[in-house]
Amino acid sequence: MATEPETPVAASAAEPAVPSLVDRYFTRWYKADVKGKPCEDHCILQHSNRICVITLAGSHPVLQSGKVIKSISYQISTNCSRLQNKVSGKFKRGAQFLTELAPLCKIYCSDGEEYTISSCVRGRLMEVNENILHKPSILQEKPSTEGYIAVVLPKFEESKSITEGLLTQKQYEEVVVKRISATTATS
Amino acid sequence: MFPLTVENKHVAQLLLSTGTCPRCIFRFCGVDFHAPYKLPYKELLNELQKFLETEKDELISEVPNPPPKKIRLQELEDGIDGMDNLSQNGEGKILIIEDGSIASKNSNLNVCNVCLGILQDFCEKEFIKKVCQKVEASGFEFTNLVLSISFPPQLSVREHAAWLLVKQEMGKQSLSLERNDTVQLKEAYKWITHPLFSEELGVPIDGKSLFEVSVVFAHPETVEDCHFLRAICPDCFKPAKNKQSVFTRMAVMKALNKIKEEDFRKQFPCPPNSPKAVCSVVEIECAHGAVFVAGRYNKYSRNLPQTPWIIDGERKLDSSVEELISDHLLTVFKAESFNFSSSGREDVDVRTLGNGRPFAIELVNPHRVHFTSQEIKELQQKINNSSNKIQVRDLQLVTREAIGHMKEGEEEKTKTYSALIWTNKAIQRKDLGFLDDIKDLKIDQKTPLRVLHRRPLAVRTRIIHSMETHYVDEHHFRLYLKTQAGTYIKEFVHGDFGRTKPNICSLMDVTADILELDVESVDVDWPPALDD
Repeated sequence: MATEPETPVAASAAEPAVPSLVDRYFTRWYKADVKGKPCEDHCILQHSNRICVITLAGSHPVLQSGKVIKSISYQISTNCSRLQNKVSGKFKRGAQFLTELAPLCKIYCSDGEEYTISSCVRGRLMEVNENILHKPSILQEKPSTEGYIAVVLPKFEESKSITEGLLTQKQYEEVVVKRISATTATS
Repeated sequence: MFPLTVENKHVAQLLLSTGTCPRCIFRFCGVDFHAPYKLPYKELLNELQKFLETEKDELISEVPNPPPKKIRLQELEDGIDGMDNLSQNGEGKILIIEDGSIASKNSNLNVCNVCLGILQDFCEKEFIKKVCQKVEASGFEFTNLVLSISFPPQLSVREHAAWLLVKQEMGKQSLSLERNDTVQLKEAYKWITHPLFSEELGVPIDGKSLFEVSVVFAHPETVEDCHFLRAICPDCFKPAKNKQSVFTRMAVMKALNKIKEEDFRKQFPCPPNSPKAVCSVVEIECAHGAVFVAGRYNKYSRNLPQTPWIIDGERKLDSSVEELISDHLLTVFKAESFNFSSSGREDVDVRTLGNGRPFAIELVNPHRVHFTSQEIKELQQKINNSSNKIQVRDLQLVTREAIGHMKEGEEEKTKTYSALIWTNKAIQRKDLGFLDDIKDLKIDQKTPLRVLHRRPLAVRTRIIHSMETHYVDEHHFRLYLKTQAGTYIKEFVHGDFGRTKPNICSLMDVTADILELDVESVDVDWPPALDD
């Protein structure tokens, strides 16, 4: 799993640690085994203002040690590139609309594996992260911040319901634990 | 001296016999000096009769042809037989009818068929007194006033009809009559009433005054007088969204200018009919134009929003900067409401130090507006004593231009900040030195995620003019920065997921976060600083 020193430590050991940027503003939600593919877990960071940042969960294969990313592409079909997404105005008109299973990008690894990252939430696509196109390693170094995949704005009416199909931090951790014991049991 | 001459006799006779009051007769005879209109109604009637008598044998009866009508008030039947009570000393009384509206009872003449009573009892002292009583009761403080009188639109129609009639009569004498030769109803009304209002209230009438007294007249009985105009000039009467009736004064005037004389006369009687009742007063309202108070505020709390923070009807945080300042002003100025604006604003958890941030408050419909600078100083002291979360300075009355200064300050002027920054990697003093040397650093900021839900997605280029670092310990330092207006400081520090470039993280190659932020100065030299 990628390590990311997120939590700032206070000046002296006696003071409690200050929460990180992600912890301060976002709630972490998870979707495990997206599209039935084992361990392809996504982490959705939901801001208090309902904006969602789509990221990879620590257990995703791409973030495991030894994986090298060859390239990332936002061309998800012949006619659709997420890079063409343009929004205008306060109400974000013109955005591509995403359903839970909508593909965001494809990650090509040096070992030949190909991974599709999905939206996991319904809403308007605000932007995809172009920084990881130029430097894919950022995705692995900082998956929860600079290495984000996309920003999605759910409909106002749906802002609470979108998390209904997602796992909380605790539930996700349980899923991971179960996997590990299942693996150890079979080995 | 009676203002009419021999030339006017035919017109005056015609108008009086068809039910027009003396003052309207003066108007149509072009009497354009004030004095005659100000004489009491009874006197005018007497003089007019005498003037007309000198030629005719029979008494000019005050009862017009067609046969006399009883004067009916809106709610009361006064039971006065028109003929019997026609004494020279007939009384004109003001009565308050059951529904509180004001009407006049004049037993000497029918209601004028042109002005519907406006230039009869509604311009005399008794009525003015009643209006002034309401003005005084409203509790406004004022040193001058502007009068806004609103007449029912059908008056224009009647005026037009009377004008056509007079024009025709004068044509018989080979005289012409232009529109400018007659005196407008509103003008004559002002000539008479302005001095009366001034005297009663003890202040001058001034067109520029912020204090407005508005009187609205209506005449329900003749509301349909205008309707025929719509058939002839339909494009003058397009339904407007907020207006109750499509027959506004402007629309009616426009149609009257367009309509041909023959068409008008076919649809509307010349002379106009005598109505049964006078106008009623539907509204006497007072309002004061907004006044503006400006100053600078400091914010010492890290738990105070600038405007009330309410979600789904529930208040999330106690109070706000604007309420802590404006509530006192609302009370003292006795205003209805306020609009708060400032040269930019800070987050809930950010303090505003130094000279503070300029603000301007518009106080809507204030009842009290005159304050000495001493009183304003005391008001400032009161605000400062009531809370330690905010402090105010340079509090002063300003003009509406204030708002422009605010916006200029928000968009164009630099600000300085101090931030307490945490770094994940251990740092030494020397690691900070390079930041002090950077001048006019250009950064590109995508709309921060934390405001993206309510702002358009865009990239903003901003300049960090200069920085100064103060080492605290291996994981902390203070950063002082001077930046262009509109720079998001927090995002410059933590990078906002890499969406602000460059940022402190990328410049120092660390993971950094901002622990505290203070506004050190807002570089606007407005409002003017006051001593002490």
